[in-house]
Amino acid sequence: MSSFKSFDIAGSGMAAQSVRLNTTASNLANADSVATTADGVYKARHPIFEAVRAQLAMAGANPESNPAVRVTGIYESTAPASQRYEPGNPLADANGYVFAPAVNVVEEMVNMISASRSYQNNVEVMNTSKELLLATLRLGQG
Amino acid sequence: MPLNLDQYVGVHATALDVRARRGELIAKNLANADTPGYQARDIDFRQAMARAAGDKTSGTPMSTTLTTTRAGHIGGTATADAASSPDLKYRTPLAPALDGNTVDAQIEQAAFAENAVRYQATLTFLNSKFRGLLTAILGG
Repeated sequence: MSSFKSFDIAGSGMAAQSVRLNTTASNLANADSVATTADGVYKARHPIFEAVRAQLAMAGANPESNPAVRVTGIYESTAPASQRYEPGNPLADANGYVFAPAVNVVEEMVNMISASRSYQNNVEVMNTSKELLLATLRLGQG
Repeated sequence: MPLNLDQYVGVHATALDVRARRGELIAKNLANADTPGYQARDIDFRQAMARAAGDKTSGTPMSTTLTTTRAGHIGGTATADAASSPDLKYRTPLAPALDGNTVDAQIEQAAFAENAVRYQATLTFLNSKFRGLLTAILGG
């Protein structure tokens, strides 16, 4: 039944956006996790979105009629960690430096707002689809 | 004269189908609002309806047929929502993003709302058709 496809599509969008929200939450929570070495420091994580097309086409399904979006992976940012001089910190290295993750808090907040708006859009699509489907079920009843 | 229910509901059944398909497509645009390189799509409603009406007379609902002009040609049908479907268009972006995404969430939302209202209008038409039929059967 084709009307249920809207639910799959909106559902995949919501799933993808919630992954994005999760990575943003993780990045914000670790924005101040300092480490002794540049390698050991937390790296900002970001999801990669992809429209589902090629993969389903290979499986023999109709590519245009299938949902929608998926997260193909989560990459770790390669931005260099910033050095801070904190000789009193027990994590400081021999020269008195600690390494802070290259998490841009402003960028993450913007990401969070964008993700939550997109999530809301998908919820709205799902609600409207549900209403239309229920109206279709009541067809001919009055 | 027997009643042909298909003829009785007329264009509305097809319209409902095309509306549902358009709703799906816009849902997909919204789901991919943040996917790099995704290009928003929409249905040319007039063309889709014309094609659906044409298909109805030829007996294969919602399909595209290949024309065979020579003996060696292979005929075939594709479903209406295949990639090559002529009534599926790409939306002209007002402000394309740097990552190649052409989804404008506001435009898609407006289109989705409009489509939902029209879907409900079609449902109302169908409902009143059935009510009329019921009145004829039950005698008021």
